[in-house]
Amino acid sequence: MKIIKILGTGCAKCKQTEAIIKEVIAKESIEANVIKVEDIQQIMAYNILSTPAVVVDEVVKIKGKVPSAQEIIAALA
Amino acid sequence: MFDWLQSFADWLIFQVIGIEAESHLGMALNFFVYDVLKILILLFVITVLMGIVNAYFPVERLRDFLNKRKLYGLEYFFASFFGAVTPFCSCSSVPLFIGFVQGGIPLGVTFAFLITSPLVNEIALAIFLGMFGIKFTLIYAILGIILGMLGGMVLGKLKLERYLSDWVQQLILNKNKVQEDFESEQTPFLKRLPYITQEAWGIVKSIVLYVIIGIAIGAFMHGYVPENFFEQYLGDGQWWTVPLAVILAVPLYANAAGIIPVIQVMVVKGIPVGTAIAFMMATIGLSIPEGTLLKKVMSLKLITIFFGTVTFFIILSGFIFNFIFKNSNLLL
Repeated sequence: MKIIKILGTGCAKCKQTEAIIKEVIAKESIEANVIKVEDIQQIMAYNILSTPAVVVDEVVKIKGKVPSAQEIIAALA
Repeated sequence: MFDWLQSFADWLIFQVIGIEAESHLGMALNFFVYDVLKILILLFVITVLMGIVNAYFPVERLRDFLNKRKLYGLEYFFASFFGAVTPFCSCSSVPLFIGFVQGGIPLGVTFAFLITSPLVNEIALAIFLGMFGIKFTLIYAILGIILGMLGGMVLGKLKLERYLSDWVQQLILNKNKVQEDFESEQTPFLKRLPYITQEAWGIVKSIVLYVIIGIAIGAFMHGYVPENFFEQYLGDGQWWTVPLAVILAVPLYANAAGIIPVIQVMVVKGIPVGTAIAFMMATIGLSIPEGTLLKKVMSLKLITIFFGTVTFFIILSGFIFNFIFKNSNLLL
């Protein structure tokens, strides 16, 4: 099972990212644990400059934008 | 450049809907349709342009650039300049701040970026261009970049590192210089373009409502507030109007899309330009929500110093604008 972390301090784009990821894993029936990380200290541990970011199994896959469904599928592959 | 749009607005309001061209309602609606369409087009074009710049020069690359070269003071210019061209999102300001400081960029340079980023952004520029014309927009952008540079330099001189939150200071101490971070993308331009336009469309869509409300208020004021209404109270260069406007603006949290159309009308009705600009800069550049976000990484004292410095430079720009445009007609 994959662990997906969404990094973001709670802005609108981060919520969109969360929604689209949940939609994709439900549709593709991917088993994954989605965790929202809102604490800035924890976020900065991933060395990113812009949020929202998506981390799959501790690897930063997407940063600074709301991903499209295809990008999420690619990141989870 | 937008003649065809005017013809379209004329045709729509006067021919299709059939409202008298001379009536108040007809003029107001015509003004509204023309302005909304013009600004949405400009917004889209400018957002795409900035998206292209940003695709080739993302913030990660800027950080590397500032870090690896000796720039002899020019780093303030680059930080401020890229603050202007990077699309601004208040939710990214904190990660950016820490990321820069963590990467070894001096605090002053980071502040230069942080000041300019909300002040000169694609939305403000597009709407300025639509409402005030090119000359005014250029002066605004240049002044905003200079303001960021000066603010950054002053803040850099003050040795403020000790007022950062403890954990941020720790990060600076064990500066983990991250080299692998930026790998340039090799995707060809044509493949990226659809994504960039899609992103731009998303930005336009998210603010279209503010644009419409702002222009509607503007259109209403055009029709109902008498010419030179503000002039009798605020016009004619009373110097104190500038600081007053700034103080009134700080608690207001509005975005550029809604506020600029209103300000344009206020200028037409007699508010001095510099005063209006200072008001606008303070509304979008100094906001309490941003202050609370920064609270996570800075002490209250540092936030106060930061806001104080920015306020000072905004007031200064207001005076400069009032001075430059005292007797010239800038709206055309």
